[in-house]
Amino acid sequence: MKLKTFTPGGVHPPANKLSANTPTVKLGLPKEASIPLSQHQGASAVPVVKKGDAVKVGTLIARGEAFISANIHSSVSGTVMKIDDVLNASGYKTPAIIIKVDGDAWEENIDRSENLINDITLEPEAIVAKMKEMGIVGLGGATFPTHIKYMMSDDRKADTLVINGVECEPYLTADHRLMLERTDEILQGVRIMMKAGKVDRAVIAVEANKPDAVAIMQTRLGAGQNGCFTGIEAAPLAVKYPQGAEKQLLKALLNREIPSGKLPLDVGCIVNNVGTTLAIYEALQKNKPLFERVVTITGKKLKKTGNFLVRIGTPANMLLEALGEEMPEHTAKIINGGPMMGKAINSLDIPITKGIAGIVLLDESEARRRKPMNCIRCARCVAVCPMGLEPYLLERLAERENFAACEAAAVSDCIECGSCSYTCPSARPLLDYIRHGKVNVMRIMRGRRQQ
Amino acid sequence: MNNRLAVSLSPHEKGDLSVEKIMWGVVIALAPASLAAVYFFGYRAIGVVVLGMIFCIAVEYLVQKFITKQTITAFDGSAAVTGLLLAFNVPSGIPWWQLLVGSIIAIGVAKMTFGGLGQNPFNPALIGRAFMLASFPVEMTTWPVPLVNAWNLGADAVSSATPLGLLKEGIKAGQTVQQLAGKFPGYFDMFIGHMGGCIGEVSALAILMGGAFLLYKKIITWHIPIFYLLSLAVFTGVFWLVNPAKYADPLFHILAGGAMLGAWFMATDPATGPMTPKGQVIFAVSGGILCGLIRLMGSYPEGCSYSILIMNAFVPLIDKFAKPRRFGADARR
Repeated sequence: MKLKTFTPGGVHPPANKLSANTPTVKLGLPKEASIPLSQHQGASAVPVVKKGDAVKVGTLIARGEAFISANIHSSVSGTVMKIDDVLNASGYKTPAIIIKVDGDAWEENIDRSENLINDITLEPEAIVAKMKEMGIVGLGGATFPTHIKYMMSDDRKADTLVINGVECEPYLTADHRLMLERTDEILQGVRIMMKAGKVDRAVIAVEANKPDAVAIMQTRLGAGQNGCFTGIEAAPLAVKYPQGAEKQLLKALLNREIPSGKLPLDVGCIVNNVGTTLAIYEALQKNKPLFERVVTITGKKLKKTGNFLVRIGTPANMLLEALGEEMPEHTAKIINGGPMMGKAINSLDIPITKGIAGIVLLDESEARRRKPMNCIRCARCVAVCPMGLEPYLLERLAERENFAACEAAAVSDCIECGSCSYTCPSARPLLDYIRHGKVNVMRIMRGRRQQ
Repeated sequence: MNNRLAVSLSPHEKGDLSVEKIMWGVVIALAPASLAAVYFFGYRAIGVVVLGMIFCIAVEYLVQKFITKQTITAFDGSAAVTGLLLAFNVPSGIPWWQLLVGSIIAIGVAKMTFGGLGQNPFNPALIGRAFMLASFPVEMTTWPVPLVNAWNLGADAVSSATPLGLLKEGIKAGQTVQQLAGKFPGYFDMFIGHMGGCIGEVSALAILMGGAFLLYKKIITWHIPIFYLLSLAVFTGVFWLVNPAKYADPLFHILAGGAMLGAWFMATDPATGPMTPKGQVIFAVSGGILCGLIRLMGSYPEGCSYSILIMNAFVPLIDKFAKPRRFGADARR
């Protein structure tokens, strides 16, 4: 059978999943945790602790008060030293609560046992409230507060829950490991989310380059007692980047297209990452807030690569130390996330936050950009654009700052997947210019709306 | 801490396709046709092919070095492709200095004037050929007989006519296609390239081998060559069905003249073609019809190169019209 995938466009960067077979290891505790107040889309959380306060693992330390915001919990036990600016993974200074670590005392109401809890006691609205309380955000990288995705109205209802286990970014393996190691918990998470979203169908999407993950999901689904997994399926998809992008995923899986400027719910879907699914299970069944996540540390020049369960706020360079590695000599780029959409950062002295799925070290040979040549109009950028845009045209328009024409050419639909720049034989900085156009067009559109 | 870290924007990964790989890939794809040219037209073809490439690369180099003072990109393979294609589009007896004039026009005028690589609206090799045909009508239409005196350095080449030329003259003189048929080479000879013509256009077999290589290497997509040839075949086929005494059959039109070379190697030039499959189909179908129109109605026996040049001129309009379908446009639940 031909596997499903999305159209149009897409590319096939080398997978380089070096750490795919390395089991997840719990990373040790840091001496000091720097927990940024903004680790999610939307407004920063507001601190509810002050200098000198004692906190435990799981203590609420900052509250998401705005409509789009998220609660933040302490990932360690110890004393609040200060609230100060730290360098974050975007390269900016951002306020963070800095906690001096002392022991590892957890809040008493967190269930630390490994018992699988199947019974879902809460009603949908209470589940969504709990997601919010526990600070759950999307762990695929976008860090959108999860509870908002479950706020439905009569005319915007979901019929399908999609669990995103695609992990189409090269190098990253955190989600892959989770699917192998935490299968049962993820499946229970899916049940909870189906109840919260009031849907009776869920699809777990996995790319076919992770056959072990597809197989284990399908086996466990088949072994479900009393039809508890009715309506849930695990679907392999043909490998193609950027299949993990929401719009492309729904197109591939369900042949539904989210119109420009709309959200999955507008086509009846809720999309959550597998990591988020596990976090929801733990929040609901174990009363455990989101204060740790799995992070891949990888790179071709590392002798060892790995997947670590990391407390939020742990400095990223502890990952290298845990591997027993030094920064390789000719490292030219450190990427927060995957090499296609991740952000280059200039230091590993940053705290791990909810949105960091991996740290990739790129060697000079991989990271240096080639010198751009003239566009030869080969049309490959148009062919690979998953949004049906014309990158060559947008680049030219944005370079000339003709933003009206950029808007007309739908620059705001660009999902910044980078397929165009990846493909361009002339090594043109297509996405750089397209971003320039997009930022300005979005600003102009916002201004117009406000008038 | 390592202070040589780059913090540029994503993507941080780059595919390994490059302009050089594409251009030298085209040169490799033209190798079978080059060998066929040498087989049928002998040492003169070697001279034309080698000189064509040297002239074009040299013109680009000199223009960049002394006039535009750009970075030298003469060796990126694109000038070599233009040189090869220009050479393919002339008869083997062409004097070397005429080829030089053609190269100066092709690279110097049709390419570098517009900014060089990728900036030219018209196919440079075809502009060079069109200029040469207008300037040197005798030499450009003197067709040495293939295989005769190909390797005889002293002897003059014996000239003949191309199948399309025979057809045009014959029909003009009031003969029917059937009466002319005896003068045409057989279809098998036309397929392998045993006929008069420009050195690179005669062998459909060699061109198909090169075309298959281009498709296999994903240097081109199938839309333009297939639709161009199909459109030419359908257009000429309709006339043939209506009046087979006056019009030759579609297979003849595909194998004769430059249609094969044009469809696979000239119309597929990325710089001068449309950017979407939809646009490419419009471009190719119109080009095929124009080629047929010129061959059947025009005063020239061959219309392939003009059909492509004319369609080159329409590319900006085609690109405005044939947009890709935007994701989510008129999407239904």
